[in-house]
Amino acid sequence: MDKVTVKICSGTSCFVMGAAQIQALEFTPPADIADKIEIVEVRCMNLCKDIKTKYNKGPFVMVNDELIEEATFEKVVTKIREIIKAQEG
Amino acid sequence: MLIPKNNANQMRTRILIKIAESYFADKFKNADRIPLELRPKEQQPSRCCIYKDRAVLKYRCMSSLGFSPEEETDELKSLAQYGEEALQRTKPEKAQLCVIDIACSACIKAQYMVTNACRGCFARPCQMNCPKEAISFVNGRAHIDPDKCVNCGKCHEVCPYHSIIRIPVPCEEACPVGAITKDEFGKEHINHDTCISCGKCLQSCPFGAIVERSQMVDVLKLLNETDKKIVAMLAPAIIGQFPGDIGNVVGALKKVGFSDVIEVAVGADITTQKEAAEFLEKMEKGEKLMTTSCCPAYFRAAQVHIPEIQPYVSHTKTPMYYTAELVKKEHPDCVAVFVGPCLAKRAEAEYDPNVDYVLTFEELGAMFVATGINIDECEPAEFTTVSYAQGRQFPLTGGVSGAVASIIGDKAEVKAERIDGLTKENIRLLKRYGSKGCENNMLEVMCCEGGCISGPGCIALPKKASRAVEAYVAQGDDLNNKK
Repeated sequence: MDKVTVKICSGTSCFVMGAAQIQALEFTPPADIADKIEIVEVRCMNLCKDIKTKYNKGPFVMVNDELIEEATFEKVVTKIREIIKAQEG
Repeated sequence: MLIPKNNANQMRTRILIKIAESYFADKFKNADRIPLELRPKEQQPSRCCIYKDRAVLKYRCMSSLGFSPEEETDELKSLAQYGEEALQRTKPEKAQLCVIDIACSACIKAQYMVTNACRGCFARPCQMNCPKEAISFVNGRAHIDPDKCVNCGKCHEVCPYHSIIRIPVPCEEACPVGAITKDEFGKEHINHDTCISCGKCLQSCPFGAIVERSQMVDVLKLLNETDKKIVAMLAPAIIGQFPGDIGNVVGALKKVGFSDVIEVAVGADITTQKEAAEFLEKMEKGEKLMTTSCCPAYFRAAQVHIPEIQPYVSHTKTPMYYTAELVKKEHPDCVAVFVGPCLAKRAEAEYDPNVDYVLTFEELGAMFVATGINIDECEPAEFTTVSYAQGRQFPLTGGVSGAVASIIGDKAEVKAERIDGLTKENIRLLKRYGSKGCENNMLEVMCCEGGCISGPGCIALPKKASRAVEAYVAQGDDLNNKK
């Protein structure tokens, strides 16, 4: 089975707004998903450039093809579990 | 699972960004909209209702503008008014941690509690082991008499069903010096005379009820409304705090308006040399022990709370002190702004005439976001003075003592011990070392566990940051080779 790709934006605004904390997935992922994910640190995906206050929706994380706005560690893990469940189901 | 920043802390970053934006937009004229923007009507409240959420946010905005919620005299005073006053300040407010009383959940007093898991067993080890006869059996279950209980925890240890739990008060638990306590209504208050400004309470409160006065607005004003030369002094823990290369970060600082950027690692090199010389002198004189002095929270704790260890604290000044001295020597009229991971540095700066303002990495990050700066795209710039490997390793636990020992070399025997994190337990240990002696002769004390990279003003994960710092140390030259 393919690993779930987790792209964490490390543009300045995403990083400051909390992407830095989501990088915890690299170090201490929950045991059930630890070997099923691949973490990629990406540069600014330009999702914040649309309108001036768009950063309010940051930090952005892509889990496979799905974009998570205002991402938190919990939100990302929930999405990963959902995808893994669908793949296995 | 260690996620050092909880939601409450991340909200703090958002507030700082909003405040910085509001400064640029209209000098806070519409700042009173910030709590509404952060908690719009359609969102689920995190406290009892959105109105309370917003009320708490207003206090947090106040602190981001540099005011302490404790000083509020008129509840109707608007954020716009606070903003206007903030812009009239000519020097920073006194550093101060403070509890937002309406946000404090007044957690129940730390205690042991018997849960449903109690089987009311025949052996009753809880009752047998309780030294105060505080446990009786009511309706077939253990009951702790709060008037007799001394919180020793024996019952909790011996229960075969793990039915007795300890309910802590997170801020009181985290405060190493007992400076935060409850009033008669159960709300927490910080004693400003005994507080060492370490920020552990702020990091640990699950309700985000603890704030400190920010100096961000003061610096924003200086950067944008004056022609003064403003110098940023970057603490060595900066490495790894932002995406991109350190050169880009320096470039980004120039873009927000700093005229010069200097590494505090340069001052740390000076601290290393002086502290090594001091150690040698002390050992020659027959002294038994020296502790480091660069952690301001520890330095203050030793002064106020650990008189036993006070005589052994090194007299060498901190990296910030030496860096600021260099900066002010070269540009006497400049404004020197220290940027670091530390809240206690704000208190230290009050006693250092060469340091004008102190920012955290978080506040700097908020300034970058509000000005739309992407560090990756900033023209790389270099530090004016280059630091050595020794000074660069200061933000990691073991770094300071390692650096000092590397300069001492074989001139004396260094037996270093690390006190990694100032906890209640470690304070007791330091007291013992001070009064009864210690088998080692050098103690490195770091208030934040892991070193400055875990400081309350950090953005990056400590693990990730420490890797970046290690790589930067490896690139540096050995201070022993300095000509």
